[in-house]
Amino acid sequence: MNYEAVIGLEVHVQIKTHSKVFTRVGAGFGHEPNTLTDPVVLALPGTLPVMNKAALDAIIKAGLMLGCDIAPVCKWDRKQYFYPDSPKNYQISQYDQPICLGGSVEIELPGAARNVMGEHKKIALTRIHLEEDVGKLNHHATDSLVDYNRAGTPLMEIVSEPVMHTAEEAFAYLTSIRNTMIYGGISDCDMEKGQLRCDANISIRPVGETKLGTKVELKNLNSISYVRDGIAHEIKRQLAVVAAGGKLIQETRDYDGVAGTSQSLRSKEMAHDYRYFPDPDLMPVHVDEAWKAELRRACPELHFDKQRRLIAEYQVPYTITSVLIPDRELSDFFEATAQLAGKGRAQAIGNWIANDLLRELGAAKVPLSASKISPANLAALIQLLDAGALLNAAAKEVFTTMFATGDAPAAIVARLGLAAAPTDTGELEAWCRESIAANAKALAEFKSGKESAINAFKGSIMKAAKGKANPKLVDETLRRILAE
Amino acid sequence: MSKTAELNIDRVAELSRLALTPEEKTRFSAQLGSILGHIEQLAKVDVTGIEPTAHAFPLNNVWAADLAQPGLGVSAALRNAPAQRDHMIVVPKVVD
Repeated sequence: MNYEAVIGLEVHVQIKTHSKVFTRVGAGFGHEPNTLTDPVVLALPGTLPVMNKAALDAIIKAGLMLGCDIAPVCKWDRKQYFYPDSPKNYQISQYDQPICLGGSVEIELPGAARNVMGEHKKIALTRIHLEEDVGKLNHHATDSLVDYNRAGTPLMEIVSEPVMHTAEEAFAYLTSIRNTMIYGGISDCDMEKGQLRCDANISIRPVGETKLGTKVELKNLNSISYVRDGIAHEIKRQLAVVAAGGKLIQETRDYDGVAGTSQSLRSKEMAHDYRYFPDPDLMPVHVDEAWKAELRRACPELHFDKQRRLIAEYQVPYTITSVLIPDRELSDFFEATAQLAGKGRAQAIGNWIANDLLRELGAAKVPLSASKISPANLAALIQLLDAGALLNAAAKEVFTTMFATGDAPAAIVARLGLAAAPTDTGELEAWCRESIAANAKALAEFKSGKESAINAFKGSIMKAAKGKANPKLVDETLRRILAE
Repeated sequence: MSKTAELNIDRVAELSRLALTPEEKTRFSAQLGSILGHIEQLAKVDVTGIEPTAHAFPLNNVWAADLAQPGLGVSAALRNAPAQRDHMIVVPKVVD
């Protein structure tokens, strides 16, 4: 019998706010333990939660970007459980009235090759709700240590419909959510910092069956590649159980990305009785059209829309856009440079960014925003190259200096004496004629229509010019003589 | 909803992390059962056409601007902790 896997993902995204979701103490990653607490976070008697407007703005914006319906009214519920990561013994969440309903995430599956755009499809969402994150437990040999810095951080839970069928789809889905959140300025989605977390619900069923099989929840998929590997591993495990005549049981499994194995967490099976009820300490949220309209105006172009536009408007290859697009800042930098540099230079700009700029940023370990490079300077460099005022090898040196100093390329060229030698046209023409005369074979090939044969003439010309001849001018001169 | 018979005292005790003696189980079963019986009367009220309300007050959108304030500080935050180490609260080992 043939089986198919059915996958639904629950993705948690921390919203990037200055303060926590129900109190105003600061929120953030990497602070000394228990320095981001206040009486509300610690649930001291008599404290009351107060909503964070920015967290609500962020989740509504996320919902609008993903095409969700924004509920006109939503409320807060208490999800009860006893665990040391939650000082209140309940987590404030949204149960039956989430703020965002429906919507979808556009994903791109791997293409036939690296330079070919893959198939796009939409993965339906069930809902997105807002809740508070819990504290962090550090497990040791004989005890556990609790840090409440993370407790109360605004956390979105994005729930997909069970409509994915492969680990690749789940990987593409998570990648797209991350890009969307980064574009919207909603979260930095750094999985290492726990800003993006993912649990997967996985089942298998005979192909053609419409009922869902026994569901296994896979936890601890704490890197994007673990999501892919963990889901692929779980599907294989379930198929093996069924193939051996076994029966799958509903359970939660913990994926160990290092070992590439998973392990059942049976202890938790009995604990799930959250006894949700409305939180009397918080008032409901009403979202009107004016508020939605304001946030809709703040929504940026979505990453895939931007990718399609860059390809259409600037004729840049897909491969370049797939480097630019995941980084909103980088793709904005590209577009700003392309507009300054003028028509026909976008591909060259893309190449400079994808190769040289990313290499320098990586070596300097700085983000683009903190670097000294500007779109105006890169555009000017490419114009110098195009005008023949600079040769490729020299341009690389100018770029490195430009990156380090932020100086304009013309100033660097003058300072370092890197300008291409002004070519004596008479001398160049003589070198060209000599080269053609010495390469009868290439001449015959070119005459018979082999376009690339022209390159055979260039080596000796460059040698004669000591590498300083303008390649564009060499090419033009050669073509003029060959056409005689 | 429920009568004493449907009240699973072992399950309630487990969820509450309480270790009850057999005598306590009997006593609390009776007490909780009468509370549930009382609440059951509410279930008999006809609520057809009445919209569920989370709140009695017609007050919505109570919020504050996202301005971070200083917190308690570690020593104040951990004052109630029965045990602490490395500025964190020590709890019995829990398995995730």
